[in-house]
Amino acid sequence: MLTVSNSRVQTEIPAAELGAIVGAEHLRPATPADAIDGIQPQWIVEPGSEDELARVLQWANSHGVHVVPRGHGTKLEWGNLPRQAELVLSTLRLNRVVEHAWGDMTATVEAGCSMAEFQQILGEHGQRLAYDALWPERSTMGGILATNDSGSYRIRFGALRDLIIGITLALPDGTLAKSGGKVVKNVAGYDLPKLATGSLGTLGVITQAIFRLHPLPQAVRSLSFSTSDPTSMNEFTLAIQDSKLAYTGLQIRADLNDSPCLDVRFEGTPAGIDAQSRQLLSLTEKARQVETPPDVWNKRQALWTGKEPNLLCKFSVLPSQLGALCAAVFRASELLRLTPRMVAQGLGLGLLRLEGEEGSDWLAIIARLREELNLLEGTLGILHCPLTVKSHLDVWGPVGDSERLMHRVKDQFDPVAILNPGRFVGGI
Amino acid sequence: MRDVGRLIKMDTRILDEFRSIVGKDGLITEPEQLHTYECDGLTNYRVLPTAVLLPDTTEEVQGVVRVCHREHIPFVARGSGTGLSGGALPVKGGIVIGLSRLNRILKVDIPNARVVVEPGVLNLSVTQQVAPRGYFYAPDPSSQQVCSIGGNVAENSGGAHCLKYGFTTTHVLGLEVVLPDGSLVHLGGKTLDRPGYDLAGVFVGSEGTLGIATKIILRIVKRPEVIQTLLAAFNSTNEAGAAVSGIIGAGMLPAAIEMMDNLAIQAAEASVHAGYPDCGGLLLVELDGPTAEVELLMEQVKSICTSCGAWEIRVAQSEAERIAIWRGRKSAFAAVGRISPNYIVQDGVVPRTALPRILSEIERLSAAAGIRVANVFHAGDGNLHPLVLYDGRVPGQEQSATELSFKILELCVQAGGSITGEHGVGEEKKNFMPVMFAEPDLETMQLVRCAFDPEHLSNPEKVFPRPRLCGERQGIHEPHPLEIAGVAEYF
Repeated sequence: MLTVSNSRVQTEIPAAELGAIVGAEHLRPATPADAIDGIQPQWIVEPGSEDELARVLQWANSHGVHVVPRGHGTKLEWGNLPRQAELVLSTLRLNRVVEHAWGDMTATVEAGCSMAEFQQILGEHGQRLAYDALWPERSTMGGILATNDSGSYRIRFGALRDLIIGITLALPDGTLAKSGGKVVKNVAGYDLPKLATGSLGTLGVITQAIFRLHPLPQAVRSLSFSTSDPTSMNEFTLAIQDSKLAYTGLQIRADLNDSPCLDVRFEGTPAGIDAQSRQLLSLTEKARQVETPPDVWNKRQALWTGKEPNLLCKFSVLPSQLGALCAAVFRASELLRLTPRMVAQGLGLGLLRLEGEEGSDWLAIIARLREELNLLEGTLGILHCPLTVKSHLDVWGPVGDSERLMHRVKDQFDPVAILNPGRFVGGI
Repeated sequence: MRDVGRLIKMDTRILDEFRSIVGKDGLITEPEQLHTYECDGLTNYRVLPTAVLLPDTTEEVQGVVRVCHREHIPFVARGSGTGLSGGALPVKGGIVIGLSRLNRILKVDIPNARVVVEPGVLNLSVTQQVAPRGYFYAPDPSSQQVCSIGGNVAENSGGAHCLKYGFTTTHVLGLEVVLPDGSLVHLGGKTLDRPGYDLAGVFVGSEGTLGIATKIILRIVKRPEVIQTLLAAFNSTNEAGAAVSGIIGAGMLPAAIEMMDNLAIQAAEASVHAGYPDCGGLLLVELDGPTAEVELLMEQVKSICTSCGAWEIRVAQSEAERIAIWRGRKSAFAAVGRISPNYIVQDGVVPRTALPRILSEIERLSAAAGIRVANVFHAGDGNLHPLVLYDGRVPGQEQSATELSFKILELCVQAGGSITGEHGVGEEKKNFMPVMFAEPDLETMQLVRCAFDPEHLSNPEKVFPRPRLCGERQGIHEPHPLEIAGVAEYF
C-alpha cells in the first residue's frame, strides 16, 4: 500500500518569471480553496494560449516546479495525494470551440471549454458529443478527458477513447504535439489521444481535442422498472443486452431501502421508439414497470450529495457480475453498518456511495470491497474518502504486470516528474 | 525495395537455439521456402528474411523474442500477410515470426459479449463462431475471409461497417503482449477502465512496432433486428456524393455508405458479376436496427437518392441479394486485376465534405499523367481507396503510378485528412508521415516506442521516417551561454 509522507519539500516559485510569460494579471497567489487534498500550492497560472501554456510547462520543467493541471477542478480529488504541487496550471482561458465542422460531424474544442457550452454550440446544428459527464455546466473537456469520466451514453456510443479523434498535448519540455487529426478514420502514427485519455494529466497537458459527433435524436423515451432482487435485476439487464433492442442507456440504481431499479433509454424516430418499447415490455417477466423519476440520467451525479463521512468508488465488473456485486456490497454494508447507494451502467461500470459513521474503519472497508471485486475479477477505484484515510491508501488499486511499462511511458513523457507527481497508479 | 536476392546467413548457434524453442518444423531457413514470406499484400516491396519461425504457444513466442533481444536481432510479426502497406515486410538481417499456428479461439462468453482469441485466428472465424447466438464481430476488412485478428490489431483495421460500429480498437478490450525484451504483459482486460494508462489503446494500430500480441480479448456485437441494403445508380460520383451529404445531413448514421466509380464497377462486373448497373457513380447504403426505424429511414434514403439524380434504386430483397451486392464491393481490389496488369491501392482520408473536390482533383491528375484511377471508397467516413492502374512491363509506368498515388495522398493531407484510414503506414508511407505531422509530433509519438522497445527490435524501420534515439532524454534545462548573455532565447 502506498503511503505518503506529510513532509513535502516545496520549491519556491520566482513569480516574476512566470508573470512574464502569461502577463502578471493571469498569475495569482493560491488560496486555501486551491488546495489539492490538503496540499497547498503557491500560485495559480492561467495561460491565454497554447503557446503560453507550453512555455509555462517548459519553465516549470527547467526549474523543477511541480504542476497540477486544472480545469474547473470538479474532479480534483480523483487520484492519490500529490507528492508536491507548487503550481496550479489552469486551462480556463483556453475555452473556445475552435471549429464545428458540422458537415463532417467533427468539432475541435479547447481544454478549458465546459461540456455544457460545447454541447450547446454543437446543438445549433442538430449535433452532439454523444456523451454525458458529471457536472456538465462546470466540467471542462480537458478535465473530463484526463479523468475518463463516463456516463450512460457509453453503452451505445462508446467511451471518450472511441469519440476522440485528435489531440494537442503540451509536454513538460514545452513541445506542442499533435496526434490523430480531423477525420474519423485515421491510423497514421500512434494513437496518443487514447494514451492521454484517462492519464490524469501525468504525461502532458491537453490543450485541444477533436471529437467525432452524432446527430441529436428526433425523440427520446426512458422507461424504468423495479426488480425483486439483484439477481433478477441482473437477469433482466442481460436479457436486454442479448435482445435486438437498440437502447442508448441501460442504468441500474440500487440502495438498501428499495428494490433495484433499471432505466432504459431509447432514441430515434417516434415509430421506432414505440416498437422498441413494446418489445422491451415483452421481456419484463421479472420486472414491474414503474414511473421514471425526473432527471433519472443524472442519478450518478446525485451520489455526491449525502452524509459525511463517506466513500465514493468507481467499480468495474463483467456485466454478468453486476448482480453478484450488488449483493456482495449489500451484505458487506449490513455487516459494517454502512448505507450504500449505487448507480451502474449495463456495461458493468458504476459508482458506489457508502455512508458510514465517525470511527468507521475505512481502510478495512476498502480492503473488504477490493477482496469482493477481486473474486469477481473486477476493479475498484476510490474517488472520494476522508483525507486521513487517503494518506494511507492507493486509490487506484493494483495495476498488474503492466505497471513497469506504465512507469517507462511516464519517464519518457515527463522525465523530471513535474506533472501531478504521485497522483496516478503505482505512484506515477 | 527489392533486396529479395540477398540472403543474410544467421549464426548456426542461434538457429539451433531457435530450433530448440519452436521445434524442427517451426523453423524455416531454406531460401525457396523463405520466399513465401518476402512480402505481404504490398508485393512491390520484397525483402528475404534470414529465417522464419512459427511458434505454437505464447511461451514459444517469448522464447524466440528473448533470443532476438539478447542477440539484437530485429523481428517482424506476421499474421496472414494480407496487409497493404508493407507492415509485415521482413527487415534485412532479421527474422519473421509467423503467428498462423496461434489460431485458437480460447473462450466465447456470450452473456458478456466477449471472445478471447489467439492472433492467428481469422477475422471471419470470430463471426462464424458467434453467429448461431445472434452476434457478430463488427470490424470487417474486405479481406476478412483470410486476414488474421493479430494483423487487424497491428493495423487497427476498419472495413465498410466501421462507420457505425467503430474500428478494431473499439472492439479490443484487452491484450496479452510479448514485449520486445521477451517479457509478458497484460494491457486492458475483460472489464472496462482498468487502472492506468490505456496501453491497449496505444498498442492497437502500432503496426507491430511495440511487441507481439499473443491473446486478444474482443467485444462482439448483437446482430440488429433488420439489415437493409440499398444500391443506387447515379450519372456521376458528384451526384452520389451529394446523396451521401443528404443522408448524413438528415441525421442518419447508416451502418455503411460505399461508393464506386465507373471503372471500379466495370472491374467488379468482369470479376464477380455482381449485377451492378453501368453508371458513373454507384452508392451502397446499408441501414440496420429496429425494423420500424429502418423501414422509415430507408424511405428517406430512397427519396434523397432520387432527388440527387439516382436513376435506378434497388433494395436487396433477401440475404442472398444483400451478399451479392457486397460481393462486388468487397472484391473490388482484386477485381481490378481483370482490367489492369498492375495496380496500387491507396488509403487516404478526407473530411467527407471535401470528397467532391478531391475526386475532381484525382480525375485531373489521372488525365494529366495518362494513368487510369478507379475509385472505390467508404464515402460515409471519407476514406478513399483510389486504385492506380498501370502496366509494370511498360518502362516508367510503375514510377508514374507511384508518383500519382503519392500526389493523391498529398491532396488528402492538404484537405485536412490523413494518409491512411485503415491500411497503415508500414513501409510504404513512412516517408509521408512528415507531410502529415510536424517533427515534434513524430518525436512525441516515438516516446511511446522508446518506452516499449528502446532497442528498436520489433518491426523496426516502419511507420516513422527516422527512429528516435531512445537514449535522448529530456531533463532540467541548462541555459545556453547565449541565453545567459541575453543574446538568444530558448523557445
